[in-house]
Amino acid sequence: MENTIINKPAISIQGLFKSFGRNLVLRDINLDIYHGERITIFGPNGAGKSTLIKILAMLTKPDFGQINILGYNLESKPQNIRQLIGVVTHKTFLYEDLTGYENLAFYAKMFGLNNIRERIDAVTSKMGIQFRVDRKIGTLSHGMKKRFSIARSLLHDPLILLLDEPDGGLDQHALAMLDTLVVNSEGIPRTILLTTHNLDIGINFSNKIGIISNNSIIYLNTTKNMDLNTFKQIYIEHTGFEV
Amino acid sequence: MKNTLKKITFENILLGITMPIIGVAIYMIFMWVPTEQTLGISQRIFYIHVPSAWTALLSVVIVAIGSLIYLINSNEKWDSLAHSAGEVGVILASLTLLSGIIWAKPIWGVWWTWDARLTTTLILWFILVAYLMLRSYAPTGPQGKRFGAILGVLALIDAPIVYYSTVWWRTAHPGMNIGPLAESATLDSQMYLALMVSVVGFTLLFVYILKERYNMKQDEKEIDKLFTYYG
Amino acid sequence: MKSYFNSILTLLWKDILLELRTKENIAPIIVFAGLVLLIFNFAIDPTPVLVAIVAPGILWTAFTFSGVLGMSRTFVLEKDNGTFEGMMLCPVSREVIFFGKMLANLSFMLLIEILIFPFFGILFNISILIPNLILVTFLTTLGFSSIGTIFSAISVHTRAKEIMLPILFFPIVVPIILAAVQSTSLIIQNGTQESIYTWIQLIAIFDIIFIVLSAYLFQFALEE
Repeated sequence: MENTIINKPAISIQGLFKSFGRNLVLRDINLDIYHGERITIFGPNGAGKSTLIKILAMLTKPDFGQINILGYNLESKPQNIRQLIGVVTHKTFLYEDLTGYENLAFYAKMFGLNNIRERIDAVTSKMGIQFRVDRKIGTLSHGMKKRFSIARSLLHDPLILLLDEPDGGLDQHALAMLDTLVVNSEGIPRTILLTTHNLDIGINFSNKIGIISNNSIIYLNTTKNMDLNTFKQIYIEHTGFEV
Repeated sequence: MKNTLKKITFENILLGITMPIIGVAIYMIFMWVPTEQTLGISQRIFYIHVPSAWTALLSVVIVAIGSLIYLINSNEKWDSLAHSAGEVGVILASLTLLSGIIWAKPIWGVWWTWDARLTTTLILWFILVAYLMLRSYAPTGPQGKRFGAILGVLALIDAPIVYYSTVWWRTAHPGMNIGPLAESATLDSQMYLALMVSVVGFTLLFVYILKERYNMKQDEKEIDKLFTYYG
Repeated sequence: MKSYFNSILTLLWKDILLELRTKENIAPIIVFAGLVLLIFNFAIDPTPVLVAIVAPGILWTAFTFSGVLGMSRTFVLEKDNGTFEGMMLCPVSREVIFFGKMLANLSFMLLIEILIFPFFGILFNISILIPNLILVTFLTTLGFSSIGTIFSAISVHTRAKEIMLPILFFPIVVPIILAAVQSTSLIIQNGTQESIYTWIQLIAIFDIIFIVLSAYLFQFALEE
């Protein structure tokens, strides 16, 4: 029984198309992400990486396509999925005039968590921001806001993380914290889809790397035995740009 | 252009039926029907005012139905229907208001009467204008269409409430209860016939214009689709 | 069920907390409402006889305009912070988000009205502590907040931003503005209970229909 669950993909995307007005942003995306996999997607700006994350986060709907997350269909069972995914984008989803603690308490309550104080302590320690929770978000630096945003996404201990350029504004110290995201609080490996321009994350943090260019996935491979330079080559070959 | 007129399409058949009926209606309104005793020649605007009011209301209903179905199944053609109905509806509502004004002034000496039906038409006019504005100022794509659809549905539900509230308002403050529709007490058989012909002709013309507008919108969407996915 | 209400209360708490922090919404709008009363007083310049006739209209004009101002701002805040989508990420049904915002809008408007009423009573020499008047005000404000919530969620996403809200809002709420003015007028002039109740019933029916409709339609206003 367990095997069949593990064998089905955690995230399954088939025939995804998305356009904004007359711009086709994603063309025929097909992608299966299995439990515990960490996939990093690279690609030039405007290639559609952020849109892909937004669609999986159900912040926008695709034109066509079938998407399932943890067995639930995005269109018919969005509510079940929301509890299971954590989302980080370039917007922090935090209220500038409220403190870090108040923001996190708000989301903790909205996610129906009981042990709010403990969860906030846990996620803020993880992200190294436990001593700034009483400051208003608006007074913090960009990097600190980002850390709070990531903490927010971890409150409900999701099995799946969708991270759109989580490294934006983070220093090396904070980047190291990304490693703590790999398993959830029960030690279950998380399924992670992230987008970035940071090669280090791509090669070392993830077990698969993909490239989106011209609105499609043009490359997808495991990171085993891949090093920085090899990937740089591959990237230039496929997209014509430097990473 | 010549070729389109020769083809046997639904629209052309409809046009073929509509134009003669309108011709008959015009004859009846301006030549055949007797002049009303007390109100005189200007009463004939009644035969324009009533059909335009009726079709304006019909537009609001179509906007609402198209909007609701679009919200449920996201099928573009219902959105095209709703949008077209909104556009034609504004014109019809304007015609209703103008004919009401033209009627009132020579008879009663006032431009505007706050009678329930005219007031409701004025409010519906504002709602239809708001509908078109919303669609124009909203983001392009499904979001903007959904915004319009929400207003479309709310507008229809609001319409009867607006009507009854203005009726009660007028009964509380009688005195200005005049207007072409307020006078529809008894119509003699000739007037009734003229009115019916006019209503039928108007409605058919309405359907024709609506269909043409709808076709245009659908074509635009087709072109957009081709451009987006294959361009 | 309990979590349904808890989520709604959490959303309400969040908006109240934000208002306490920024004080952007209530204080300036109270001043605005007071100024509307003032300006109309000079615009109409009512004699004591005229006052009883025009006062209800002036009162509800002030409430309508300040209501529209206040309600558009609660969503502007969400848009600027990017937290619209933050709320969408929460595992709550979309009506919960609607009711949370609606209650916040309702609370703010009621507070403004409570503070403006004494000013109105003094300026126009009218006694305001009448149960029927309180009922009418509450029900009308309830209707305002339901329509206002869904329309401000919509208008904040348009090019015209807050200007769009009155254009959408005013025509739809005409029935309850009418009912509010008529019933307020009857209440001040000691009209029959029956006639007052006709109008109150209208507002109540409007509220039930449009709260349900707006709650249902709100989900369509949310996604991009």
